[in-house]
Amino acid sequence: MFRTALRNVLAHKARLLMTALAVMLGVAFVSGTLVFTDTLSSAFSKQSAKSYDGIAVVANGGTTEIGPGAEKAGGIPADTLQKIEGLDGVSEVTGRVSGFAGVADQKGKLIGSGWANKGGNYAPGKDGKDAAYDFSQGSGPAEGGQIALDKDTAKKGKYKVGDSVRVATNGPVKEYQLSGIFSTEDGAVNAGGSLVLFNTPVAQELYQKPDFFQDITVSAKPGTSDQAILAAVEPLLPKGADAQTAKKLADQEAKDIKSELSALNTMLLAFAAIALFVGTFLIANTFTMLVAQRTKELALLRAVGASRSQVKRSVIFEALVVGFLSSVVGFVLGLGLSVGLRSVMGSFGAKIPSGSLVISPTAVIAALGVGVLITVLAAWLPARRAAKIAPVAAMSSVHAVASTKSLVVRNTIGSVITAAGLASIFAGASMGGGDGRLTIGVGAFLSLIGVIILIPLLSRPMIAVVKPLLGKMFGVSGKLAGQNAVRNPRRTGATASALAIGLTLVTGLTVIGVTLGQAIDRMTTDNIRGDYMVSMANNGSMDRSALEALRQAKGVAAVTPQQALDVEVKGEAWAASAVTPGDVEKIFSLKIQSGSLATLADGQVAIAEETAESNGWKTGDSITAKIGDSEPRKSMKLTIGATFTENEFVSPFVLSTDLVDPLYEKPYIAQVWLKMDGGETKANEQALVDALGDNPGMNIMDRQDIRNMFGGMINTMLYVMYGLLGMALIIAVLGVVNTLAMSVFERQQEIGMLRAIGLDRAKVKRMIRLEAIVISLFGAVIGVVLGSFLAWAIGETFKNSIPNYELVIPLERLGLFLLLAGVVGVLAALWPARSAARLNMLTAIKTE
Amino acid sequence: MTTTPIAHRATAVAARATDLSKVYGQGETQVVALDHVTVDFRQAEFTAIMGPSGSGKSTLMHCVAGLDTFSSGSVRIGDTELGSLKDKQLTQLRRDKIGFIFQAFNLLPTLTGLENITLPMDIAGRKPDKAWLDSVIDMVGLRDRLSHRPTQLSGGQQQRVAVARALASQPEIIFGDEPTGNLDSRSGAEVLGFLRNSVRELGQTVVMVTHDPVAASYADRVIFLADGRIVNEMLHPTADSVLDQMKAFDAKGRTS
Repeated sequence: MFRTALRNVLAHKARLLMTALAVMLGVAFVSGTLVFTDTLSSAFSKQSAKSYDGIAVVANGGTTEIGPGAEKAGGIPADTLQKIEGLDGVSEVTGRVSGFAGVADQKGKLIGSGWANKGGNYAPGKDGKDAAYDFSQGSGPAEGGQIALDKDTAKKGKYKVGDSVRVATNGPVKEYQLSGIFSTEDGAVNAGGSLVLFNTPVAQELYQKPDFFQDITVSAKPGTSDQAILAAVEPLLPKGADAQTAKKLADQEAKDIKSELSALNTMLLAFAAIALFVGTFLIANTFTMLVAQRTKELALLRAVGASRSQVKRSVIFEALVVGFLSSVVGFVLGLGLSVGLRSVMGSFGAKIPSGSLVISPTAVIAALGVGVLITVLAAWLPARRAAKIAPVAAMSSVHAVASTKSLVVRNTIGSVITAAGLASIFAGASMGGGDGRLTIGVGAFLSLIGVIILIPLLSRPMIAVVKPLLGKMFGVSGKLAGQNAVRNPRRTGATASALAIGLTLVTGLTVIGVTLGQAIDRMTTDNIRGDYMVSMANNGSMDRSALEALRQAKGVAAVTPQQALDVEVKGEAWAASAVTPGDVEKIFSLKIQSGSLATLADGQVAIAEETAESNGWKTGDSITAKIGDSEPRKSMKLTIGATFTENEFVSPFVLSTDLVDPLYEKPYIAQVWLKMDGGETKANEQALVDALGDNPGMNIMDRQDIRNMFGGMINTMLYVMYGLLGMALIIAVLGVVNTLAMSVFERQQEIGMLRAIGLDRAKVKRMIRLEAIVISLFGAVIGVVLGSFLAWAIGETFKNSIPNYELVIPLERLGLFLLLAGVVGVLAALWPARSAARLNMLTAIKTE
Repeated sequence: MTTTPIAHRATAVAARATDLSKVYGQGETQVVALDHVTVDFRQAEFTAIMGPSGSGKSTLMHCVAGLDTFSSGSVRIGDTELGSLKDKQLTQLRRDKIGFIFQAFNLLPTLTGLENITLPMDIAGRKPDKAWLDSVIDMVGLRDRLSHRPTQLSGGQQQRVAVARALASQPEIIFGDEPTGNLDSRSGAEVLGFLRNSVRELGQTVVMVTHDPVAASYADRVIFLADGRIVNEMLHPTADSVLDQMKAFDAKGRTS
């Protein structure tokens, strides 16, 4: 029996190729993902371990780089460093400070992406070198006016040693002389950012305070254990600081990297799962056809004495062989894919540490196992059907008739599942929130399965709608195509399912994405009256000098900073914005519910209505609040002067900068907002650029830029999703090709007769092509409708958290999807249509 | 042996093959299916082509009907020379001037009886001649079966649909390839009767390949083929005379 199975595999190479391709693509996706994340994780872990080379203990001064009020807190004083240096067994101690530093290129634009533009101190050791940096040209910055740049940044900015370089930190731009160019394993540089090295006193002044460090690294003399150093260092550290052995830190980092990558892993695997799920239909379809084609053969086997289970086993064995072979090929393709992914990431500017591919046994077993399992599972039903063929079928001369088994059972099951799914979706939509989303998720899955089961039932009425149109537009080819499309509802259904699933997901994501994008758009338009927002490229705090400079810019009508701080009331911390009274209402459209914003100038507080309500506060009430960065924090009585409708751009507590500024050593200025005479104009923007001294580290955004900032993110995400779902669509196309090829094969005689009585080649081709388009569009319409419905349901759950939420159905884009589905049909029909047109009429009409 | 010259009658010629040859393969494996055949099919005449398997009778019909290509010679349908036609023109010619009846009925299962009958005109995008269509339908007695699909019809009924399909577009000539091969004798007789009536009453031209002497007896003329050549011709055949002729060929085949 196994030999017959093997022969069958070889005899049906072309048909099995489709199955093999579907399995291959799915397995390639799985193995590519696993190998890619394994490789990445190992490379990053090695890199982080390398950065702790020769270091025994690392101490952290308890500072955070970004965050309100934290800018200058904590730190390790220089004299502690000296004390540690004097300990027994310590060979060297290095102090580090770091923060944002943006480098301008020759045109004054920022090099790098903003969030990975780092500055730090050059800390030469006893040998006069800083082990973390490897200088290829020049040397480290010895004087305050000098800096060193990493190799890539120097190259991008076309800087040579001795050139003068403009560097922006959170304050004004300064010019430094380039003293040297180095290479490093630093994470920011590897992520495609930049690193500027200052002389230590300059860096301390910029990022901490004079004579204080954020971190220190301690290396041991040979023979001293890391633990001994740690024990000796710990008592010397100031309060709030903590120390760890380098080994422990490296392990921790490796673990963090793994868990960060596991999210990526899960997402990619989810898409692989979708691709494989879609592939299942294709595989099941292929095996059904192979069995139907071989009815006589199988019946003969039964007639000469093969048992049912032998017939079934032979089909399953065939699937096993196909599944295994294509999984192996898929795995190899996956290795290529993971290499490809790496270079794609590289082309986005991220430098991924080199290292050979890591192929773990788990990846091999998972990928091959999934491929074989899916193929065998998909072939299970066809195999059962094969086993049921009666031996007498071998004798009948009639061509095997397509299964005309009643669809009643199938339709009943499908209806029940769909109904349960829909009920669950509606329930979830009315529940709202996270629970609702979960309920909808379950419902979405059920209704997708239900609809797929019902697809054969749906095919007749849905295609019947377009049938008359087809006949009218394309004459006889159209009429016949419409009828052929519903001839075998099961097969049409299985073919359309693949497209339906893919398009359900694509449509759902698109509708949600576009809806959110428009909500954000409206939010921006509704809530902002100002013209410009200025912020740091790394979204950190800007220096007060920048705010002052902006106030002096030409054409400024109103300015307010958005200073982030927290206000503690009854032990609960609330996010607060400190703003300029009088100007704030010109820049944000704050809808006042009670009181007046004018009271801000008197040191009163304005609170978002929702927050006030939930705490039982009313205008005129007094609350006791703790504010400021002193230790302990200053407690003061605040009168509520106004309540306003929640606004996405200001915190629930709004205070005057006059009230807050004396309480902080250095305010955390997240943004500065401006209204200009004449609104958004080129001249006004230039005035702001000039006021900031052409600072590459600052972003000036007009309202459109603000919209794009959020919308752009959503679009990028959508495109990534489209790309990943493209895989499922490719498999769907293969499915359509498969079905058509089979249909052409089965209808040879008919097509031959049509050719004989006068249907020319072009019309035969058109008939096949139209059938493909009808089936593709049928699947696409189901996907688009179901996807839009799911998007509506999910939208209902976060309707309340987004003001003015309104579902947007992007008709042009959905239309484009349908158009693409039509194109898919045309492409899929290319080969089958050609072979139908070339059919030899005489063999086709000859009777057996 | 040379081909027997065919007596010329006064009527016009619907189709004519002149010096027609069809050769498969080359060299040693060469098979001659038709060997310089010259034959006329006259208008309003019912011709049967007979001969043993492999005699070339089907090939002759396929070549004359524009379904197959030939190696040399010429074929004419009406005034049209087939040899010079491209596939598209040939297809159009079959659509407009030729009707077909096949052994396996070859109806489209998705179409109703009526739709199958009008299919050639649908392909051409022409409206059928209503009166003519009605008379054809009545002739084959399918009035009450028009909305049935082929799977709901018996073999005889299906072949009657096929006969109606061939007649409905009023072609210059109808070719039948063993039209009664899959039918019982009663249904076969019915179909042959329709074909003969269409010739006698409507002036249709019919050419039919068959190996059944009874079927051939319905024709006005029988042409006998052997080894790709026309070996005899019989006018006004009866089943017995055709059978005798075939027995004679058989005997000759055995003694030679």
